[in-house]
Amino acid sequence: MKTESTTQPVIEARQLDLTFQTNDGPIHALKDVNLTVDKGDFVSFIGPSGCGKTTFLRCIAALETPTGGALTVNGMTADEARRNRAYGYVFQAAGLYPWRTIAKNIKLPLEIMGYSASEQEERVKKVLELVDLEGFGGKFPWQLSGGMQQRASIARALAFDADILLMDEPFGALDEIVRDHLNEQLLALWARTEKTIGFVTHSIPEAVYLSTKIVVMSPRPGRITDVIDSPLPRERPLDIRDTPEFIEVAHRVREGLRAGHTDE
Amino acid sequence: MCAKACVRGIRMSSAGIKAVWAVLTVVGVIILFWYAASVPMNIKGVLTEFERAGEEVDPPKAVDRRDMSEFELVIDNPYAIDETWEQDRPRLPAPHQVAEELWETTVEKKITSKRSLIYHAWVTLSATMLGFAIGTGLGILLAVGIVHSRVMDLSVMPWAIVSQTIPIIALAPMIIVVLYSIGIQGIIPKAIISAYLSFFPVVVGMVKGLRSPDAMQLDLLRTYNASQSQGFWKLRLPASMPYLFTSLKIGIAASLVGAIVGELPTGAVAGLGARLLAGSYYGQTVQIWSALFAAAILAACLVGLLGMLERTVLKRMGMAQ
Repeated sequence: MKTESTTQPVIEARQLDLTFQTNDGPIHALKDVNLTVDKGDFVSFIGPSGCGKTTFLRCIAALETPTGGALTVNGMTADEARRNRAYGYVFQAAGLYPWRTIAKNIKLPLEIMGYSASEQEERVKKVLELVDLEGFGGKFPWQLSGGMQQRASIARALAFDADILLMDEPFGALDEIVRDHLNEQLLALWARTEKTIGFVTHSIPEAVYLSTKIVVMSPRPGRITDVIDSPLPRERPLDIRDTPEFIEVAHRVREGLRAGHTDE
Repeated sequence: MCAKACVRGIRMSSAGIKAVWAVLTVVGVIILFWYAASVPMNIKGVLTEFERAGEEVDPPKAVDRRDMSEFELVIDNPYAIDETWEQDRPRLPAPHQVAEELWETTVEKKITSKRSLIYHAWVTLSATMLGFAIGTGLGILLAVGIVHSRVMDLSVMPWAIVSQTIPIIALAPMIIVVLYSIGIQGIIPKAIISAYLSFFPVVVGMVKGLRSPDAMQLDLLRTYNASQSQGFWKLRLPASMPYLFTSLKIGIAASLVGAIVGELPTGAVAGLGARLLAGSYYGQTVQIWSALFAAAILAACLVGLLGMLERTVLKRMGMAQ
């Protein structure tokens, strides 16, 4: 950290708190969350449901407003960062517009942000290639498989060159084989684009395989129980999952998850 | 892909044939029932005519027949059954009488003639179309307001619902009188009554349609920092299209009803409503029924046209396969 003191952290949370007021009383969704994410990090948030991993991601995206603490994104408040279009967000469902072709779906953010028609074309072509969907631009979403739709939604999030990519269980609804394939592609994409990625998952192998930093969270109240800096190299073939290092990291994640549970 | 589409096409057409058979069967049953119903409905009138013509009727006196059940009369005078389907002014005309009247007043009359049903249908149709256009426009505007403004949501929606609880038949004469007193008559009052009925389904459908995008879709636009108007044009409006067409189909039928009701209090000058009213003044039941059928056929055509438009538009948009 000392050597990198000149580079500002991309995401920094200090004593972040979020309490939802519901009809059944307040729900403490996030409690005293401290986290620093540096440029180019691939950070996974893992934990059981209700641990606040998605809520934290939504706070970074300024889709939720914390009730306490400080959160900066690119040195700005989260909401300023949102208005500056600092991040692309990928949801659990692809959420493509059924009345737009894949290319037109990817153009959606570009239209909203006022890119010229020629630039839109160029960027669509580039990101379609990034997610391996060349030639599918003219298809409608229903003509694509679930995995392809999710790749198109990643392309949509990449189209406007935000340096941060926030992904909320993007592959949660897909089967394991498709998921492995997409994980591999995502790593390749991350290496090519050098983005900072925040990734919510509840799969231990997925978190360990993808991340440089694994944030283990536990529920009631939602909090961070462990932050693991992965010792794995950035270059990761799928079979890295059989190496002792990988198994060791996975073990530590599992321990962290278990510790969060026995606290109750 | 093509093979799949072809298979689907074949399946559709066999389903289509089944549907046609189902419709024909129902129509056949209705026609049979109608002929059967015409007999007891008209038997008393027929027997009275026979009595006047000096023929033998059982029982011979009208006073005795008055309190007898129609079915009994039919059983006692079976030779009169044929005549119940051929009267000039039957209580319930038989299907073929209505069909003949429809044929005579559409194909065999010049369309400029006051006795042409096409002329009357056109008068009603023009008021319907104008009213439908006003009602649809108003309905969409109100829906946009309701979706975007909480104040409008709370204030307009209850009134829109209340407006539909007032029987239009009570309201129509007042609208016509009020508008007449400020010098507006002709097609406009009819169109307004028609709009009054058709705006409601459009409001309800469009509010539902404009609100159909889920929280995730709205969040996505928020991550792009999209403005409200961008959200409207790029997400809410296209997402509402299937809902709009459903509402339009209900709305146009309501428009036609409104235009017909609007013709009743004006004293039966022209239009399908006028035909209905004139028919009831003069006991011309055949004319009433043929006007009713003309209205039904017109409504079916309008709804059918909208259905075709719906399929074309949604297919173009990629929302129908």
